[in-house]
Amino acid sequence: MSTRADTSRGSGPGFSIGTVSALTGLVGLGVLIIAGNAADPMMAAHAWIFFLLTVAGLMITGFWAGSLNGKNPFNPAFYEDTIVKFGVAASMFWGIAGFLVGLIIALQLTFPGLFYFPELGWTNFGRLRPLHTSAVIFAFGGNVLIATSFYVVQRTCRTRLAGGMWPWFVFWGYNLFIVVAGTGYLLGVTQSKEYAEPEWYADLWLTIVWVAYLMVFLGTLWKRKEPHIYVANWFYLSFIVTIAMLHIVNNLAIPVSLTGSKSYSLFSGVQDALTQWWYGHNAVGFFLTTGFLAIMYYFIPKQVNRPVYSYRLSIVHFWSLIFIYIWAGPHHLHYTALPQWAQTLGMVFSVMLWMPSWGGMINGVMTLSGAWDKLRTDPVVRMMIVALAFYGMSTFEGPLMSVRAVNALSHYTEWGIAHVHSGSMGWVGFISFGALYCLTPWLWKRKALYSKALVEWHFWLATLGILFYIVAMYVAGITEGLMWRAYNEFGFLQYAFIETVKAKHIMYIVRAAGGSLFLIGALLMAYNLVRTAMGHGEARDTLAPDAPKTATPALQPAE
Amino acid sequence: MYETLSSFAQTWGLGFFVLMFLVAVAYALWPSNSAKFREAAHQPLVDKDPSDD
Repeated sequence: MSTRADTSRGSGPGFSIGTVSALTGLVGLGVLIIAGNAADPMMAAHAWIFFLLTVAGLMITGFWAGSLNGKNPFNPAFYEDTIVKFGVAASMFWGIAGFLVGLIIALQLTFPGLFYFPELGWTNFGRLRPLHTSAVIFAFGGNVLIATSFYVVQRTCRTRLAGGMWPWFVFWGYNLFIVVAGTGYLLGVTQSKEYAEPEWYADLWLTIVWVAYLMVFLGTLWKRKEPHIYVANWFYLSFIVTIAMLHIVNNLAIPVSLTGSKSYSLFSGVQDALTQWWYGHNAVGFFLTTGFLAIMYYFIPKQVNRPVYSYRLSIVHFWSLIFIYIWAGPHHLHYTALPQWAQTLGMVFSVMLWMPSWGGMINGVMTLSGAWDKLRTDPVVRMMIVALAFYGMSTFEGPLMSVRAVNALSHYTEWGIAHVHSGSMGWVGFISFGALYCLTPWLWKRKALYSKALVEWHFWLATLGILFYIVAMYVAGITEGLMWRAYNEFGFLQYAFIETVKAKHIMYIVRAAGGSLFLIGALLMAYNLVRTAMGHGEARDTLAPDAPKTATPALQPAE
Repeated sequence: MYETLSSFAQTWGLGFFVLMFLVAVAYALWPSNSAKFREAAHQPLVDKDPSDD
């Protein structure tokens, strides 16, 4: 009913194009002034990057708007899928970039004689390491979340994305933030807060983008045609709202000057540490967990064509995560100046997280009830279920590591590296790969992926890669943890620090090998997705434009 | 000030959050909501365009 579909009228398509262009132009003007008066070369570089990209953005928008000839580009009778296609491409690009930088820094640690270039300061481990973490978490993970959230909120609300041009502002604005953050790390711009390294001006820009993201998401929910808000949207919304809150509070800072890149945090000492790890752990909780659980709650039911195992459990899962996660941060600060009661609070709430995490994992896995054969026949489903296995494993391990006595051994060792990589490569990586493998044929209206065999190769290479990676790091972590606390009969430390580094060399080689396998798998995936979009191989058959998006019609599954 | 705020948070704050959580659990388990949730669980499986009714 096209008459009812036009609920978003009132402000024509030109209005959102105009407001986005005005904001972009205003920012462009502001950064041009900063570029002319920059207090340091890093700020000058960033201001010019910002300026050139805003000019490019305005010109492309202008040409595009001029070519519309009165046609409404935001026709409410159709879903906005082009932006999701851009998101899939950006996710794949940043994923490969992030995995590659990860491999490079793994090799730097393994063979410093070969991969350390003192004359090229920007290739230093200290600069490349945040480039890796931000590229995989925020560039890869963030683009996956933006793309899938835009896809899912439209489908489950049965309405086009709200805001006309604004979703495009969110997409390009977010990627501009990534470019500024990434180049900043290489140039040495950092406020030294883990996973929050970008300086004040990049933080301000991300705040603007993120508020626009929240408004687009809320606006779409507002004009939904389904009475009930599907649970995946609750998870996405919690991710968007919480990240906004965390980002703003943790980055409260005073810039030294409005034309310089350096700023100082409003917090100091243990307050700063607590704020940072309140942010840091909830970035894990609400970026890397609830965001990707939203993917689980939409893409697994969709791909196996079965409803969620227990919708009630999904609601309890959601609210218990919300109520518990936010308190767990202090477990990063055991044995520090943080009061003991706050450490204990963080530890107890971390242990309590066992229940919702496992409840959610069981809910996802059991969604396959009656369709277990898909584990064998559909490597994409298998990938998402293995993602849940890693989710269960790392959310079992995390609370264990948050116990003070265990933390005494695990903290600062490679055990922590093993833990985050089983979570990030296993859970976040695999659920994202699954979602991208689902989305590509759906978006480009193909009946299948270009090659299922390549997905199998990707699955096994990546699984093997993760196992190499985490087993090596567990061994390295426990080894060095035990060596650090070993005393000789005179009460002196038994090992010099360099001996603990040497002891890890073989494990570092195994880790780099695992990382290579994971990267090769991602390259196969990118190739597969490109050929799928082009309609080659098994993707040759296209769906009729108005046919259902899955190969089988979505009937109510019979119990 | 610190003592007042922390004792407030550790008693009334805690009670408030526990109560809120119990409300959420009651909403999830309330028998009359069960039909709504069963329908909602099928929401991803329905392929419809924005103009479909």
